[in-house]
Amino acid sequence: MSHHIVELKGLSFRYPDGTPALDSIDLTIHHGESVGLVGANGAGKSTLLQHLCGVHVPQAGRVRVGDVPVLPSTLGEVRRTVGLVFQDPDDQLFMPTVAEDVAFGPLNIGLPPEEAAQRVDEALAQVDALHLKHRPPHRLSGGEKRAVAIATVLACLPDIMVMDEPSANLDPHSRRLLINLLRSFHHTKILATHDLDMVLDLCERTVVMHKGRIMADGPTGELFSDIELLTACALEPPLRMQGCPLCGAGKEVVSELTVPSASG
Amino acid sequence: MGLDSALHEIRHLDDLSSKDTPTHRLDARAKVLVTLFYLVSMLSLGRYEVSALLPFAAFPLLLAVQGEVPLALLLRRAALALPFVIFVGIFNPLIDRAVHFHVGPLAITGGMLSFASIVLRSLLAVTTGLALVAVTGFDQICRALGRLGMPTTLLVQLQFLYRYLFVLADEALRMLHARVQRCAKNNHPTLREYRTLLGSLLLRTLDRAGRVHQAMLCRGFDGQMPDLRPTTTFGPAEWRFCAIWGLFLIAVRILNIPQHLGNLPLYLGGKAGGLFP
Ligand SMILES: Nc1ncnc2c1ncn2[C@@H]1O[C@H](COP(=O)(O)OP(=O)(O)O)[C@@H](O)[C@H]1O
Ligand SMILES: [Mg+2]
Repeated sequence: MSHHIVELKGLSFRYPDGTPALDSIDLTIHHGESVGLVGANGAGKSTLLQHLCGVHVPQAGRVRVGDVPVLPSTLGEVRRTVGLVFQDPDDQLFMPTVAEDVAFGPLNIGLPPEEAAQRVDEALAQVDALHLKHRPPHRLSGGEKRAVAIATVLACLPDIMVMDEPSANLDPHSRRLLINLLRSFHHTKILATHDLDMVLDLCERTVVMHKGRIMADGPTGELFSDIELLTACALEPPLRMQGCPLCGAGKEVVSELTVPSASG
Repeated sequence: MGLDSALHEIRHLDDLSSKDTPTHRLDARAKVLVTLFYLVSMLSLGRYEVSALLPFAAFPLLLAVQGEVPLALLLRRAALALPFVIFVGIFNPLIDRAVHFHVGPLAITGGMLSFASIVLRSLLAVTTGLALVAVTGFDQICRALGRLGMPTTLLVQLQFLYRYLFVLADEALRMLHARVQRCAKNNHPTLREYRTLLGSLLLRTLDRAGRVHQAMLCRGFDGQMPDLRPTTTFGPAEWRFCAIWGLFLIAVRILNIPQHLGNLPLYLGGKAGGLFP
């Protein structure tokens, strides 16, 4: 296994209708890292993530995952390494019941049904959703759908978890559960989001995107205290770092930031 | 009855299919086969038959009772179809005025009979379909159809239709609500507005289909839907179910039992009275 688990070199991408989405992206992510990919709507976060699991194949530049370049011929291998949690769980949950949906990946890689069933139980237990096993996905709440969508990816045992706006549409409680859940994963994680508070909780490293380019890449606490940078990228510092207008507290959060470095 | 509550009702019915009764446990193929045979034998009766239809109610009712489906619930759902059915048959009494027989002073015409027949048949068919869903579940029905030889592509489409019907309906509802909010008067959408609405619904559906397909590819989809559920077998219980209902349906299809019952005094009295006077 290569030390650089994800490597993007000079990656550019334009949608068929001509919209430029990515402009010569260079990015390297190491094994076991937890990286926040932040940017305003339309910054190109989703497009970048979709390159990591071969939804898009690079138009210019290259993408490498592990030791494998992302090419039409290697998609099978790439998709076994990278698990993408889609932004809208309704896109990801298409089988009649939760159990069958979680089993979809394992069965597709040819596991025998008993083994697949065991993976289903393990993955659902990991996201604390074992009780939803026999429910039809369209009847779940937003938070439950999200948890199950994550389980469908976990069941494929990816090395890298890639998530697109995982905290979107969640109420505060579900969001908190999600953050705790994600913290318990030891995968290499890439979270695309504009929920900067979540990134502050989960990622030691942050990549800031704006209009298809990478504007900054560094330790989360450092970047988030750079108000100028955030404003230029149409972002706001996390609420927790904005401080209390009455007592002025909050700024010191930055110095207290001790994001546990993930075990690799 | 709005679109949202209609959808809610269907969901609720599907919920009942998670019960565990002997009827639920029967291999879905047995239930699907008997239902198909039921529909063929009932729908092929003559257009003026009314009394001959009555025994056919036994199948959906017994299916529901054995599957612990609340009858009131089932009939209420079935009644939702009534307006459509009445609309289809409403002109019969006006067109077909040939008098068939008299009940007291009332002349019963062919149109009245065929109208009653259409309404009864439709209600029976709908009730049976709903009872089948309630004791089997939609995806099990799909699966049974597959095992009975329906092509996979068609089947996958049917499953997806059911899965995304709700998502699609939600999207349509959101768009309708958004429209209502911006209308000064609460008028109904014009035909043109409907056209735009349908157009954007179609586009959203295409987008969604693309994303779902990508999500499937990301988890190794290769054109075959894998199947995890244990396969039930067609055992003695299934054969018994098919045999009993098969014989019953053949009997009520060939013999007009209510008419025979009505003629019973005649037979007993020994007077000459044909089978079908
Ligand atoms: N399917 C598409 N067709 C055309 N343009 C698209 C499509 N998806 C996204 N875009 C455009 O690409 C740019 C980047 O989008 P995206 O990667 O979705 O941003 P983000 O996820 O950061 O909000 C935006 O300008 C968006 O309008
Ligand atoms: Mg996005």
